[in-house]
Amino acid sequence: MNAEEPPLLSVRGLVKRYGARVGCLDVGFDLWPGEVVGIVGESGSGKTTVLGCLSGRVPADAGRVAYVRGDGRTVDMLRLDEAARRCLLRTEWGVVHQHARDGLRMGVSAGANVGERLMALGARHYGALRGRALDWLARVEIGLDRIDDLPETFSGGMLQRLQIARSLVTEPRLVLMDEPTGGLDVSVQARLLDLLRGLVEDLGLSAVIVTHDLAVARLLAHRLLVMRNGQVVETGLTDQVLDDPQHPYAQLLVSSVLQP
Amino acid sequence: MRGSALDIRDLAKTFTLHVQGGVRLLVLDGVSLAVEPGECVVLADPSGAGKSTLLRAVYGNYLAQGGRVLVRHRGRVVDMVGAAPRLVLEIRRHTLGYVSQFLRVIPRVPTEQVVAGPLRAQGVDEGRARARARAMLERLRIPERLWSLSPVTFSGGEQQRVNVARVFVADYPILLLDEPTASLDAASRHEVVELIREARGRGAAVLGIVHDPQVRGEVATRIRTLAASEAP
Repeated sequence: MNAEEPPLLSVRGLVKRYGARVGCLDVGFDLWPGEVVGIVGESGSGKTTVLGCLSGRVPADAGRVAYVRGDGRTVDMLRLDEAARRCLLRTEWGVVHQHARDGLRMGVSAGANVGERLMALGARHYGALRGRALDWLARVEIGLDRIDDLPETFSGGMLQRLQIARSLVTEPRLVLMDEPTGGLDVSVQARLLDLLRGLVEDLGLSAVIVTHDLAVARLLAHRLLVMRNGQVVETGLTDQVLDDPQHPYAQLLVSSVLQP
Repeated sequence: MRGSALDIRDLAKTFTLHVQGGVRLLVLDGVSLAVEPGECVVLADPSGAGKSTLLRAVYGNYLAQGGRVLVRHRGRVVDMVGAAPRLVLEIRRHTLGYVSQFLRVIPRVPTEQVVAGPLRAQGVDEGRARARARAMLERLRIPERLWSLSPVTFSGGEQQRVNVARVFVADYPILLLDEPTASLDAASRHEVVELIREARGRGAAVLGIVHDPQVRGEVATRIRTLAASEAP
């Protein structure tokens, strides 16, 4: 994290309305290479809307999402044509959905789920593809004897790990994660968090992680945005926001967590 | 004070408890204090005076409302108050070491890895970081059979020694120590006193909270109270 380099992603004035209801309002932040930003807040605060707007999955009403591509050119994700946007999502971005099924192809094998993303980048050699797929399955702790099994036969935790392997196998420059540990048993969550933390460190990932779980945010994020009613009410260093929150809502959020 | 490693000026910290009726607690009211390289300044106020708050505000864990915390970081002077989070993280990585009152670690990470962590973050290669971590653990008398286990289940004294080890393993130019010898037995206490002396010897600036009068006498080059800084 060199203090002089420009941000990888620069978000300004992001607005999304669902009719009269506000999805997100005037959201802005920067993400630097190697940095993990967490977006926290309760359900309905607009976290997932922001994430959707970043990738263009949710069409924003206003704003700018400037992304510096691998070739050094800056593009505005909100004004990119569909083909170019899809290409970026396939090559330089990775998206981890809250529900693993949304990010996987349930009709093809685990190995194919991982290999497919590589093939989309032009990899063709079957042996090499299978090798990379095996590498990643091992990395996310999925037994190598399961490579030819359909995801249907996997547990919730395994599905989520498979989705992570599928998203990261192409070594994306930017990863968006929506509640990556949501809906999993606590012990499974813990292992997944360990895995994510290791990957973030080893690969130097830049990531935006949406979570309502402050413990997850403390573990993974360098910086936090606290959202309420579609707006960012507080930002700062993760431990500072969690240990000394300033905004009344941020204080309420932090003080509402049960300490086990 | 030109050469101060750490120069705290008029630092102010008030907590506003919105969840509890908006109560305002004034904890630091214009604290000024400088620490030179090679010095160990010990804060000697009674409990509740705001000593830990001062260390946390210096570390950027608490947000100061006013004043400056000037830190000599890689040859230039940087103000921690109002610094961008990324800069704060960089300063913590290379310049500011902080032994907190209680160990807070990521569950299931082995002790050896916890202690090697700060060196890895500074770019030291895995092998060297591990070797230095092991040497420090040995020095602080953590039995080798525990190195591969997470410190979460350790005794209070063992956790505190891990906490000390992971800060002293990296040669930070500035050390913030919040009761580094509390809950330690005499032998470990002596080892920590030696570590502080060695740090001073290599030019580290140390700001600490030590209640134990004997330890205080052994490490302090200067004793200060927060109240005293209010005087002109």
